[in-house]
Amino acid sequence: MNIRNVSLILNRELKSYFSSLTVYIVIIMFLLMTGYFFYNLVATFSIVSFQAQSDPMLAKQYQLLNINETVIRPLFGTIGIILLLMTPLLTMRLLAEEKKTGTIELLLTFPVDDVDVVLGKYLACLAVVLTMILLTVTYPVLLVAFGEPEVVPIVTGYLGLVLLGAAAISLGIFTSSLTENQIVSASLSFAMLFFFWFLGYSVQLVSAGLGQFLGYLSINEHIESMSKGVVDSTDIIYYLCFIALFLFLTLRSLEAKRWR
Amino acid sequence: MIEVENLTKEYGEFRAVDNISFTVEKGEILGFLGPNGAGKTTVMRILTCFFPPTKGKVMVAGYNCFEDSLNVRKRIGYLPQRVPLYEDMKVDDYLRFVAAIKGTPAKEVKRKAAKVMDDCGLSDVSHKLISTISGGYRQRVGIAQALVNDPEVLILDEPTVGLDPKQIKEIRTLIKELAGRHTVILSTHILPEVSILCGRVIIINQGKVVAEDRPENLRSESAQRMLLRINGNAPLIEQELSRVGGIKGVEREPASGDTHGFVVVFDDEKRGRQGIQAMIEKNKFELVEMRLLEVSLEDIFIKLVTKEEA
Ligand SMILES: Nc1ncnc2c1ncn2[C@@H]1O[C@H](COP(=O)(O)OP(=O)(O)OP(=O)(O)O)[C@@H](O)[C@H]1O
Ligand SMILES: [Mg+2]
Repeated sequence: MNIRNVSLILNRELKSYFSSLTVYIVIIMFLLMTGYFFYNLVATFSIVSFQAQSDPMLAKQYQLLNINETVIRPLFGTIGIILLLMTPLLTMRLLAEEKKTGTIELLLTFPVDDVDVVLGKYLACLAVVLTMILLTVTYPVLLVAFGEPEVVPIVTGYLGLVLLGAAAISLGIFTSSLTENQIVSASLSFAMLFFFWFLGYSVQLVSAGLGQFLGYLSINEHIESMSKGVVDSTDIIYYLCFIALFLFLTLRSLEAKRWR
Repeated sequence: MIEVENLTKEYGEFRAVDNISFTVEKGEILGFLGPNGAGKTTVMRILTCFFPPTKGKVMVAGYNCFEDSLNVRKRIGYLPQRVPLYEDMKVDDYLRFVAAIKGTPAKEVKRKAAKVMDDCGLSDVSHKLISTISGGYRQRVGIAQALVNDPEVLILDEPTVGLDPKQIKEIRTLIKELAGRHTVILSTHILPEVSILCGRVIIINQGKVVAEDRPENLRSESAQRMLLRINGNAPLIEQELSRVGGIKGVEREPASGDTHGFVVVFDDEKRGRQGIQAMIEKNKFELVEMRLLEVSLEDIFIKLVTKEEA
């Protein structure tokens, strides 16, 4: 690995991201969708709290809940899912486009290791996703300004989102290495991300041991506990392994391309 | 500088390159000639480590393309046939990126990019997006990126395609200047280009080497043709021409007014030429034009390929 080459590729990739419309459209859609859900959650919360003032039964029930439970946790879950919807649109071009236009022929004959190429591209996409996640910080900031939520779950929730985004990108760059058609790449990413998402739902359908195992493999099961403020090392290890696996597969797929 | 031994490349079942061997000395310019689908691009892609051969050994600048590809890639500049460039970059940004990624120290990147833009006549378009420049300028950017780090070995796949005559001349001069310090392999369809630029030619057809020689030798081996334009009685001229010794055949060209055109194919150029001269003097024909025709690639080709099959 050569840090300079990684950063050269990262820079070029970032410039190319921001010189196309796609990134702006993705960021705007992401903010509109997450903003809409945030507004809904806050509106529901305030209506229920308002009603609870005149209804002692409801108030009692409601005291068990708080702003963390009713707004922040669902918000992280939703942002996570919207993130999974958006990342394939960002990752699809990373390698597929170079193959389509033929620029990969020059890129792979430059004196650069494949690892540097993959890492540079991966980090460029990660930077875009981090920007998107950072922009949503406005929501909890508003909550802190107007309410009294616990701060720790917010911080750990964000750690979870970053890991989730990083994992989704690694899968996306892998599907981008498989084809020269960006639509095929994005469709494959969607399909695989949703597979890893729905694994979490099959937990109840199978025996306890297997269920737990499938639950562990699910990609967004792990941000659940983080949005409660619990950081378990197994969750972090899960995401790191996920990322390492798909980056490795991407490298192999690039190599296989050369072999043919 | 470049050693290729028993190189074979198969795409699935299809054998695109079949047991080719050749060497290129330091400072030499080698021309790669062949019809479409001959396997020129395939050989170049192997030399540049884009993909490995199915069989055979390829050494560039003392390193094995397969085992030591990074060391090979450090020493080559490559212009792919399709000239794939990053359309969303500006010319100067692109060349700086390439210079840097090829290992130019950060301090020198700007200077090197500026120099190569100067050499390739790109200064006028340096701030334009690559997607907006004309085809000829794209081609020059492609050549510029191959040259930017002053590589020992240059591999150029059809470098002058799509350029206008003036640019072709400039680029040929540029390539010619590279000889000596750099080792160059270029592929082309154009025979004059080879005779102008290359010290040696390899002609390949269907993945096999069919000839390897200096361009002059190849040319003299193949049939010479001459165009004659003569005022007078056409059938008489034709009849007289066909009697001249050292000539294999005569073809009529379209006439303009009284001037009739003929292409003669020589068997023995010197004897034929003298015979024609004598014939014209004897008959007092009025000679308007007389010139040797460029031997075309097709001619050499047809000759070589038919020789192979015979
Ligand atoms: N990726 C590939 N997969 C399958 N076959 C291929 C591939 N690339 C090239 N070929 C085949 O290999 C043969 C040689 O192709 P190549 O591109 O090397 O020819 P070329 O001499 O460069 O031709 P041209 O003058 O048209 O550029 C052709 O028959 C081509 O169809
Ligand atoms: Mg070719």
